[in-house]
Amino acid sequence: MRASYLVVLGLIASVLLGGARPASAQTSEVEALRQEIDALRARLVALEAKVAGAQAAAPSAAAPALPIYGTSSAASKIFNPDIAVIGDFLGAAGRNRVNPSPALEMHEAEASFQAVVDPYARADFFLAFGEEGVEIEEGYLTFGTLPGGLLAKIGKLRAPFGKVNTLHNHALPWSDRPIATNNLVNGEEGIGDAGISVARLIPNPWIFLEATGQVSRGDSGELFRSSRRGDLSYVGRVRGYQDLSESTNVDLGASYARGHNTAGIVNDEDVGRFVTDLWGVDATLRWRPLRRAIYNSFIGRSELLWSRRDQFGGREKAFGYYVSGDYQFGRRWFAGARYDRSERADDASLRDDGGSLLLTYWPSEFSQVRGQYRRTSYAGGENANEFLFQFMFSIGAHGAHPF
Amino acid sequence: MRIRAFIIALAVAAAVVAASPAYAQGKLNVVTSTEDLGSIAREVGGDKVSVTALAKGYQDPHFVEPKPSFILAVSRANLYIAIGRELEIGWLPPLLNSSRNAKIQPGANGYLDASQNVRILEIPTTQITRAMGDVHPSGNPHYWLEPGNGRRIAQAVRDKLSELSPANKAFFAQRYDDFDARLAAAEKRWDATMAPYKGTKIVTYHRSWPNFMERFGLEVMGYVEPKPGIPPSPSHTIELIADMKAQGAKLIVVEPYFDLKTPQAIANQVPGAKVVVLAPSVGGEKQVTDYLQLFDYDLNLLSTALKQVTGK
Repeated sequence: MRASYLVVLGLIASVLLGGARPASAQTSEVEALRQEIDALRARLVALEAKVAGAQAAAPSAAAPALPIYGTSSAASKIFNPDIAVIGDFLGAAGRNRVNPSPALEMHEAEASFQAVVDPYARADFFLAFGEEGVEIEEGYLTFGTLPGGLLAKIGKLRAPFGKVNTLHNHALPWSDRPIATNNLVNGEEGIGDAGISVARLIPNPWIFLEATGQVSRGDSGELFRSSRRGDLSYVGRVRGYQDLSESTNVDLGASYARGHNTAGIVNDEDVGRFVTDLWGVDATLRWRPLRRAIYNSFIGRSELLWSRRDQFGGREKAFGYYVSGDYQFGRRWFAGARYDRSERADDASLRDDGGSLLLTYWPSEFSQVRGQYRRTSYAGGENANEFLFQFMFSIGAHGAHPF
Repeated sequence: MRIRAFIIALAVAAAVVAASPAYAQGKLNVVTSTEDLGSIAREVGGDKVSVTALAKGYQDPHFVEPKPSFILAVSRANLYIAIGRELEIGWLPPLLNSSRNAKIQPGANGYLDASQNVRILEIPTTQITRAMGDVHPSGNPHYWLEPGNGRRIAQAVRDKLSELSPANKAFFAQRYDDFDARLAAAEKRWDATMAPYKGTKIVTYHRSWPNFMERFGLEVMGYVEPKPGIPPSPSHTIELIADMKAQGAKLIVVEPYFDLKTPQAIANQVPGAKVVVLAPSVGGEKQVTDYLQLFDYDLNLLSTALKQVTGK
């Protein structure tokens, strides 16, 4: 700034002084001055660039520090895990005499704590605070960079059996879970307990292919129950994914699970030693045109489940499935539908059917309002017509968008 | 029985591990978050690198889906270049976490946050909350839309590539110098194009353009979005129309991934106003294939539109 004043002053002075000189001397002197000014100007430009560079570099030195708190003691906060809480409020109206849910319910508050542990691992905790108390929904350590391209998780895990089993409530496209997963795969709790899982990408020139294996203690609600230390449960899954175009892709999976069931337990003793085998096939088709990605999308999904449950009467074979579609028709609006049909695991002669229509509204990325009309025909002839609604809201660290 | 099953499973796992292929070592595999970073990496890396950009130039870079096909690309990378400043917060962490690639984890040698040496605007200086919309706590991440920052990104890329492939240090330095010279020449041209419109007030849809507009002397007086990431609301739109009339702003700049309905409606209410869709990234339009063309394309459209609305 000051330099440019000097240049201007110099210019004025030279004009004033130059006015009194003879013309020839004047031109050569003006020429000399002009050159000098050009030289000064070049230096000024260089200096300005340097200052701009220094200004740009300055914030980078302070970049890792927290810009908001800014005190010296705040530096330790940087190692705090990313914390978020997601509230899930449910309401129900209408009639259901078989499986009624409360009129209003603060169904769950899920607190997540996620951070890198050390150069070798990261940790993720999801604690669910519900009306029955607190539960570790998931809590595990991930080794992401093991030799051989393995990804290992150790802790309490939702098992990679199909699609819905791995999803937390807030990531579901419905306010409930499909009848098939309720009847055959332990409902909301799903297959999930303390265990070790290992996943690997299977290299091939065509598609994304991932195989996952998990060994768990063998306790998953009423589905698997471990009575001896050796009664472990096993889950295996192969998942294939392929982009059909830049906006459309397909995701296919096949899963298997096996564990000891509760059918043979009499007076707290597992006299029957019965096991349940579960097979699952799932398919997801996604469409999202990239130029309008925030306004329009479609996800179609389906899972087919087969249960083979040994019990005192022999082996019970049950089958269930759901088909669902969700269409996003505005930046904040989604419409969905789901069809359910499933036999019950312990008595395949009992079959429940159902259908749902859904409308979801997103005030922002961090909250969601959903209404669901659900009609269920329970085995035995009982029908239920219900209107379910859900408010979901999230505070804290910005989580990853579900895929 | 159970133990035997376990051993078989282990053996299968071992066989799968052994079958893992060794990827070609010749070129450095560079994966970038956006096509802008991809273009700069190509400028500096030349034929010594093979570049894959994840997000397309015509999609909203905040809302990219972490597709498994991206996991494959990231798993093979020698270098990952991110925009940073939380632009990719919704999609990059799951990709890196599932990549099984130690080289490109944040903090490792093969991870470059391109925002570390550039000029960042709109860094919050007071307490921020989400009542302010989807604010970025460490400043506006759309910083690549300024040639000076492009140059600084290229410097960082040059230094990083030289670190990863020391044998090619001179090659990268020469490629950078060439890019720098072409950029400097182009900047003169761009400045001349925009000189008549210095200080003109305009409106943008999202806060994508602070670096760009500051560099080329335009003043952003309002946004179509009431708050960052919040879709337009009727009350805000009415206020904006009144503000535009009062302040004489006649141009609305929109990114290609936003709906044109509201901007168009605003332009219809403000006499003489126009909407122009600019490319916020390389690849945002078909003809915008590299970093220099991004500015050529945008400034050409912008100056033509400004000429019409200002009559200069």
